[in-house]
This record gives sequence, C-alpha cells and structure tokens, in this order.
Amino acid sequence: MNVLFDNLPALLIAVPLFCAFLVPIIGRFLPQIRDAWIICASFASSLLAVITAFTVYTKGTIVYVFGAAAGSPAAPIDSGGIPFRIIFTIDGFGVFMLLSAAIVSFAVVLYLVSSQKERSGKSEFYALYLLLTAGIFGMVSTGDMFNFFVFLEINSLAGAALVSYHRRGGIAAEGALKYLIVNTVGGLMVLFSIGLLYAQYNSLNMAVIASQISLSTLNIIALVLFIAALAMKAGSVPFHFATPDAYSVAPSGITAVMIVASQAGLYGLFRILFTLYGDTFNTVTLGWVIIVLGVLSMVIGVTMAIPQKDVKRLLAYHAVSQTGYMLLGVGVALAVLGDPIAMASYGQTAMEGGLFHIINHAMYKGLLFLAVGAVIYRTGVWSLNKMGGLGHNMKWTMIFFLIGALAIAGIPPFNGFASKLMIYESVFAFNPALSIIAMVVSILTLASFMKVFHSMFMGPQLPEYAEVKEVPKLMIAGMVILTIFVIGFGLFPDLVVNNLVAPAADALINKGAYITAVFGGGL
Amino acid sequence: MIANLPFIAVALLIGIALATILLKKNMIKMVMGLAMLEGAVNLFLVTLGYRENGIAPIFTNAPEGADMVLPTVQALTLTNIVIGVATTALLLVLVMVIYKKYGTVNADKMRRLKE
Repeated sequence: MNVLFDNLPALLIAVPLFCAFLVPIIGRFLPQIRDAWIICASFASSLLAVITAFTVYTKGTIVYVFGAAAGSPAAPIDSGGIPFRIIFTIDGFGVFMLLSAAIVSFAVVLYLVSSQKERSGKSEFYALYLLLTAGIFGMVSTGDMFNFFVFLEINSLAGAALVSYHRRGGIAAEGALKYLIVNTVGGLMVLFSIGLLYAQYNSLNMAVIASQISLSTLNIIALVLFIAALAMKAGSVPFHFATPDAYSVAPSGITAVMIVASQAGLYGLFRILFTLYGDTFNTVTLGWVIIVLGVLSMVIGVTMAIPQKDVKRLLAYHAVSQTGYMLLGVGVALAVLGDPIAMASYGQTAMEGGLFHIINHAMYKGLLFLAVGAVIYRTGVWSLNKMGGLGHNMKWTMIFFLIGALAIAGIPPFNGFASKLMIYESVFAFNPALSIIAMVVSILTLASFMKVFHSMFMGPQLPEYAEVKEVPKLMIAGMVILTIFVIGFGLFPDLVVNNLVAPAADALINKGAYITAVFGGGL
Repeated sequence: MIANLPFIAVALLIGIALATILLKKNMIKMVMGLAMLEGAVNLFLVTLGYRENGIAPIFTNAPEGADMVLPTVQALTLTNIVIGVATTALLLVLVMVIYKKYGTVNADKMRRLKE
C-alpha cells in the first residue's frame, strides 16, 4: 500500500495511459465489458488525482523524481547539485487544476458512455479520451519544461483527433484542422522558448531556471513566445479564432473536457509568469498586457456570441469570454505583485477570484455543454431557430441548463457569482473602469443565455419534437455530478476559497516556496 | 560569423515556414510549412548542444579528456521528431477528409463552419 502512495504522481499518468492502451484490446475481445472498463479507468485516475490533492493539502508540495530511488533527494550528488532527472512538482496550484480536471473528466465519461452507445469506433474514441486526460494531468503536475511540452502535444493531438471524430460532412475535420494547426504552431513556439532557456541555464527543470533567471533579451523573447503560445492554447483573444470552430463541431461531452484542456494552457501561462519569471521583470507592464488580453477576450467573446445561431458555437464564444475573467483577475494580481500594500488589500483577492473562476468555469461550462449535448442527442438539431418547446419533454435537461446559465451569468447562489463578485470587488479597487466592463459583460452574458433558454425550452410544444424523450440515466448522472459542484461551490464559497483556492494563489505568489520545495532547503 | 551560420539558418527557416503557413492557400502547403517550422526548431536544438570538436556522447568508449556534444538536446530533438510525425500524419488525414468532402484543399473555400 505504501508503494502506491509513494508513487502517486507517476500513477497519475501511468493509470490513464495504461488503461488507454488496453481499451482497444478489450474492445476487440470483450466488447461487453468495455463501457464498465472505461468508467473504472476514469474513476481510478480521478480518484488518484483526489488522493494526490489530499496529500498535497495535508503534507505540502510533492516532489517526485522519476528514475531515482525512493526517498533520495531531488538533486543527486553526482549531478553537481542540479536535478537533471524528469521531475514532477505538484504544489497548491497544480493540485487545484488537477481536481477540476478529475471532476470534469469523470462526469463526462458517464455521459459519453451513454451518448456514444449507437456510434461506431468506440474503442479508439475512449483510448483517445484517456490520452487527453493523461495529457491534462501531466501538464498541470510536471516540473520539467520539456515534459510540459510533451504533455501539451499529447493534449493537442488527442484533442484534435477527438474533435474530428464524428465527421458531420467534413466540418468536424475543418474545425479540428484549424485547432491542430494553431496548437502545433503554439507548441513549437513553446519548444523554441524552452531551447532559449536551456541554452542559458543548462537545465530544463523549472525550479532551477526560476532560481537563476534574469531579464536578458533572450529571456524576454522567450517570455513573449510563451505568452503568445499558451494564450493560443487557452483560446483567448487575439488567438481565439480556432476555439469556436473546434468546440462547435466536437462531440458535446468532449467539448466539456476541451474546456479543461484549454485551461491547462492557462495553467502553463500562470506558472511561467509567476513561478518562472516572478518578480524579475516589470510586473506592472506585464500585468497590464494580461489585463488587456483579458478585457479584449471578455468583450469580443460576448459580442461575437450574441448573434450566433448554432447553439454550441454560441457557448464556445462564451468560453472565450469567460477566459477573459480569469486573465483579468490574475492580471490585476500580477500588476500589483511588486506592491505589498496593494497586494494585501486587493491583489490577493483578485488572484483568488481569477483562480476560483477557473474551476467554476470548468464546472458550469461543462454542465452547459452536456445539457446542450443532451438536447442535440435527442433532436439532432444545432440551430436555435429550429428548436423550441423542449421543456415539456426534457424537464431535467432544462433544469440543468438553467442552473448552468444562471451560474455563467453570475446570479447567486450559484458558483459563478462567488468568483465574479471577488473579481468585481478587487478589480474595482485597482481600476473602476475594468470592473464596470466586467459587469457589463456579465449582463450581456445573461441576456444571451436568456435568449438561448427561451428559444430552446420555452414556448408551445412543437409537433416535430412530440416524440422527444428525456435522455438516458447515465447522461443525467454526468450532469448531476457537475450540478452538485456548481451549487456546492456557490453555497459555500468561503470553504472552497480557504481550502482550495488560497493554497493555489499562495503557491503562485511565493515563487521562493516552489524553488525551496524542489531543492529541499539546500542550494 | 561562420559559427553563427546555423542560427541564421534557423531564423531564415522560421521566417519561410511562418510565411508558408500564413500566405499559402493550399492546405497541403500549410502542413509543409508546419513541418518546416518543426525542422527549424529541431535544428536550433541540435545547434545548442554542439561543442567545438565534440564527439558523440557515448561514455563507454570515450577517449580520455575528449569534449562531447550535449546529449540532452539530442534527446529532445528525437522526441520532437516523433511528436512531429504524429502531428503531420493527423493533419494530412484531416486535409484528406476535407478534400473528400469539399472537393478542394483551398483554405479560402473552407467556410462551411461559418455559415
């Protein structure tokens, strides 16, 4: 049992990968247990993530060295004090993202098992799904720059393959192609910047680079490339053009996970801004860059969403818009990083609000995509103009959609309100105009979702949808899991902020703690 | 000057690759541009690890006091080549599916999603 707990970070990657390779074999010889196998595999990897989270919250940062004897320090003596092995560093922020990925991926697997029942090629589909999970888990837990790039590519490849899975007359391939081209260019930019850092510091280890980094021209080039590439992955404006195309054609359950996959890019962005570069650069300028990116994402995302007719495309533009809130909150914290008084009075809250919004967005946007996917599953229609009166037959789906819509618009008592309130308050102290923009965007979001809700569920029952039934129980179960978190995080925000979000924010702000954790107090 | 030649080549290759990706209308040529970008990054990594008069980093038969090139960047390049093969294959498959359904590989005509 101890072996299991000692190697938690390795198992986090190994379990989904190993299960992914077994899925096609099981699908070939024992197709009747494939669904059970995939649910068990996803449950096991999510459970490992939760255990990891529990370990980190009770015992502090986990530093796991691959290929070193158990209990040996991270820096072997023969390496001259530099930890050169592949290393996993899971701190408060990593574990926070891990939890949100674990919850969404398990909820979605329940949904997919039911919604993909009639489709062909399921074994490969689930294998790719588990690879995507492994990619997300790896991105948020690795402490090695090159390892981060590898998991980023696994994430992009599996994501693009899943987006194109149901061809729908070629448009799915079109969306996936755009997504993959953007992500490949971004990935190569990340690799180029990693090369620049390696050339100067002779190490790929994040902690080693972070402890030595200075503000040379090469480092500024690397930083700009990192910001551009990871903003591409996260789908923020001005790199948002691939996001709506890919999200609107992917199978609905997959889109819910793609949200988490894009947030792993956001994780990389924050990790590089705070932990790697930290206070070496002029944080005010860079903070404003992130704030401007965030405000542009919010405004452009929501204005593009309003005229959309395709319901999933509309939701995808809202995903761009919500990413803006996270960038705004964290950008404000970055802008005041060098100012201890401002940091204590509102910077910390802004950071916590931005990070809290990440997990909230994963929950309610996942829920919205699953609910919309349920409607499409039963009706086969994407266009809002052709829907109507579905609330008569799909009561549960209607309730879940309403909860998600109220949460994304920031209506209490749902979780979107809790994080948005933190962002409004703290950003108002920083610059009132930004806060007002954020509120206007929220109102536009509410207006947009009322339109969607009305044209999907309200009105008289249409004759062509008279035969429509409620979706199967497993799909409902997937939505119930996310609903519990949407409501729970909204009712007890203090509990979540103090126990989950605050450690994540502290981990980002205290660059020194990350470095010390890896070096083990030495060096 | 001569020592910087590989880096100049990297810069040129990246420029040509980005121009190909952004300016070409043919999707196959865009994929070729991506492959060229990957090649440029690989060349950059290998150049980083080069040492003057260095020998291959095989420790067992190394002569006394010989300089070796850095093995880490070569491992990175190898990994990137493998990833690049997977990416290029998937991209070409997607282009093929689009060609089959749309009858064209012109990026300007791929606007069905926006309608």
